[in-house]
Amino acid sequence: MAKFNMNPLKNSMPTQDPMVRNGNFKEVALGYTAEMAIDEAKRCIGCKNRPCVAACPVNIDIPEFIAKVAEGEFEAAYQIIAKDSSLPAVCGRVCPQETQCEGKCTRGIKAGCESVGIGRLERFVADWHNKNVKETPTPAAKNGHKVAVIGSGPAGLTCAGDLAKLGYDVTVFEALHVAGGVLVYGIPEFRLPKDIVKKEVDNLKALGVKIQTNMVIGRVITIEELKTEYGFDAVFIGSGAGLPKFMNIPGESLKGVYSANEFLTRSNLMKAYETDSRTPIQHGKCVAVVGGGNVAMDAARTAKRLGAEVHIIYRRGEEELPARREEIEHAKEEGIVFDLLTNPTKILATETTNPRDPSYGWVSGIECVRMELGEPDESGRRSPKTVVGSEFVIPVDCVIMSLGTSPNPLLKATTEGLETLRRGEIAVDEVGKTSIEGVYCGGDAATGAATVIKAMGAGKIAAKAIDEYIQNK
Amino acid sequence: MYQIVSKKSLNSTVMQMEIYAPFVAKKAKAGQFVILRVDEDGERIPLTVAGYDREKGTVTIIFQLVGGSTMRLGAKNVGEYIPDFVGPLGRPTKVDGMKKVCVVGGGVGCAIALPVARALHEQGVEVTSIIGFRNKDLVILEEEFTTYSSKTYMMTDDGSYGEQGNVCVPLKTLLEQGERFDEVITIGPLIMMKFVCLTTKEYGVKTIASMNPIMIDGTGMCGCCRLTVGGQMKFACVDGPEFDGHEIDFDEAISRSNAYAEFEKRERETSCNLLNKEVE
Repeated sequence: MAKFNMNPLKNSMPTQDPMVRNGNFKEVALGYTAEMAIDEAKRCIGCKNRPCVAACPVNIDIPEFIAKVAEGEFEAAYQIIAKDSSLPAVCGRVCPQETQCEGKCTRGIKAGCESVGIGRLERFVADWHNKNVKETPTPAAKNGHKVAVIGSGPAGLTCAGDLAKLGYDVTVFEALHVAGGVLVYGIPEFRLPKDIVKKEVDNLKALGVKIQTNMVIGRVITIEELKTEYGFDAVFIGSGAGLPKFMNIPGESLKGVYSANEFLTRSNLMKAYETDSRTPIQHGKCVAVVGGGNVAMDAARTAKRLGAEVHIIYRRGEEELPARREEIEHAKEEGIVFDLLTNPTKILATETTNPRDPSYGWVSGIECVRMELGEPDESGRRSPKTVVGSEFVIPVDCVIMSLGTSPNPLLKATTEGLETLRRGEIAVDEVGKTSIEGVYCGGDAATGAATVIKAMGAGKIAAKAIDEYIQNK
Repeated sequence: MYQIVSKKSLNSTVMQMEIYAPFVAKKAKAGQFVILRVDEDGERIPLTVAGYDREKGTVTIIFQLVGGSTMRLGAKNVGEYIPDFVGPLGRPTKVDGMKKVCVVGGGVGCAIALPVARALHEQGVEVTSIIGFRNKDLVILEEEFTTYSSKTYMMTDDGSYGEQGNVCVPLKTLLEQGERFDEVITIGPLIMMKFVCLTTKEYGVKTIASMNPIMIDGTGMCGCCRLTVGGQMKFACVDGPEFDGHEIDFDEAISRSNAYAEFEKRERETSCNLLNKEVE
C-alpha cells in the first residue's frame, strides 16, 4: 500500500439530501466514517514547512494530529488538538478553513487539487472522542486566584478553560439564560447542534469553571465591583459584537423586518422553529435576506426550513460573498436564490392605511437597484456602484437584515476608563490588555464581528497574559 | 432559580409577586426592567420593576394576566421557583433636578408609575398623580399613589369610580389652569401615552414616556424593541425604556406591538385550557 493517498480531491462529506434537509433542522453534514477519515488523513504528506499550522489562529499541530488519524489512533489525535483548542467539535464545524489552514495546504496549491480536509478530520476526531471517551477532565489544583470572565462565547469559554487548567478559580458571567454565546443564539442547530455546545460547556464545568447565567455585567455588577467587592484578581471581557446594524432605508420598522440576530435568536436560542415553542417567529412565504456573510446564510437557510422561498440580496458579486464556501454551496443546494449585484433601496408596506386592518404595517416587498462593480476599494474588494434607473421590486412578506454587528456599548458605558476605538471596539494591546489594569478583552468585543476561531485565539492569548499578570503582581 | 416569596391579586387580572433575586434587588432602580422566563421552555418576557427591597433581596413585579406566559406565572404559588430572572436592564428614570412632576399612569402601567412617583417623592419632588382605569374593579394601588403624591386624580372610563373620563381630561385642565410641571412622566397603554404626549405638547411641557415593546434578549442584541424617536432608530432595551414622548412615533410602536397578535391569541387559549384542566 502506498504511503500517501495521492487522490487530488478530498473525500466528500456525507450530507443529508438537500431537498430533505431544507425541511428539517437536523445537522446537514453527517461526518466522516473512520474509514473515510483514515483515507483522508493519508492525503497529508506531512510537508516540512507546515503552512497549515501557521495559518491556524490557535496553531494546532495539524500534521501531527492527522498522522495519528492515519494510524487509526483517534484519541491520540484528539489529545494533540486539545492541547491548543478547547472547542474542537465546534471549530471542525464552523471554522472558515478555506481561508485558514486548508487555504495554505501544500496539497491544494496546484490547480485542480484540493487541500486535505483538515476541518472534516478535526470534526471527526472530536466527535469520535465525545462518543467513545466517557471520562471527564479533572480540575487542576487551585492556585488561590480568582478570575472573572464576561461572556460565555468562544473567547470567554477558551479563556476560562485555559485559566482553569492553570488552577485559577474562574467564574463565567453570561447575560442570557444559557451559556455558549453566539454558538447558542447565532449558529443554527443544522450547522452546530446545541448538544455539542452543551458538551463543551459541561467539560469546562468539570474543570471547575463556574458559570453564572442571567448576569448582565455592567448593570448587575460593574467591572470595578468585580475587582473590589467580589475579589477577582483579573477580568476578561468576551462580550462579543452583539448589536445589529440596519441600513437606514425607509420601511425598516415595518412588521416582518428582522435583524438576523433577532430572527436567529428566536429560532436558535428560543427554539421558535419547534411547533410547540412559546416564542413566535414569522413563517414567511417569501423572505429577502440582505447580506452575504455566514450569518446571512444561516438566516436564509433557517427561513427556508420554516417553509419560505428565500432570496439572498447582496450588493457585490459571487466572488465577494464573505461567507464560507461550504455555506454558500449548501444554501444553493437547498434552493436559496442569490440576487447578486443587487442592493435594497426601500422596504415597501402593504397598501392598507387602516391601522385596524390586520395586514396594516406589514412588509409587502423590497425595492432594489442593480449594482455594478468598480475599482477595488481600500479593503481590496471591488466597490459596487448603483446602475441608475434599475429599480425593481421583489414581492416579499419578510425581510432579514444581515449587515453585521458592532460591539455592545454597555461595558463601555458603565466602566470608567475603559477605552474604545472608533466603532466601539474595546481597545487592547497584542495580548488583550485594556486601558484598565487587570482587565483584558478578546474576540469580537475587541475586533468587531469576526470568527469563532479568532475569538478563541484571542481568549487563549489573553489567558496566558492574565496568568503572567497575576503571577507577577 | 428564583423563588416566589409572596403573591397577591391586585384585581381580577393583575397580580403582584415578590421574587427573591438579591443581585437584581441590590441594583434595581425605578424605571428599569427585568426579563424572566416562567419555565424551562418559556419565552423571555420583559417586566418593569415595580419595587425592590434591598435588604430582603426581593424584587416586586406586577403583571396583567394577558398572555400564555403571564397566565402560567400567575398560576405559580409562593415557594415555587422560576428558572430565569435577569436585570436590572435599561436606564433608570431620571429623578433629580426637578421640583414638580406629574405622573400619569394607566391600567397596569400604574404599577410601574408608582415606583417612579415614589422615587420622585423621596427626592423631595412635589408629585401630582393622575391614574386611570377602565372601571372600578380594575383600580389598583390607589392608597400607595395617595401616599407619594401631593394630589391624586382618579379616573375611570365608565365613571364607576373617581371621575369619569380619561387621564388627559384632568391633565389638560391642570395645564390650562397654568400648572407648571418640570416634567410629565407617563406609563400605560400606548394609545393613552400617545394622547398624553399630544396634550402636553400643546403646552410645551417636557414629557417622558416609558415604552414596553416586544423584546427577546433585552441587552441590545436583537433589535426587536426598536422604536423611531426623533426620526432615529432607538432600542428600548438599552437606549430606554424611557424616551422623550414628543419625539416617539407612537403609531409605528402601536403597529409593531401587535406583530404576534395571532400567535399570542393561540398561546393564551392553550394556556387557559391547560390551567383549567389543572384546576379540574
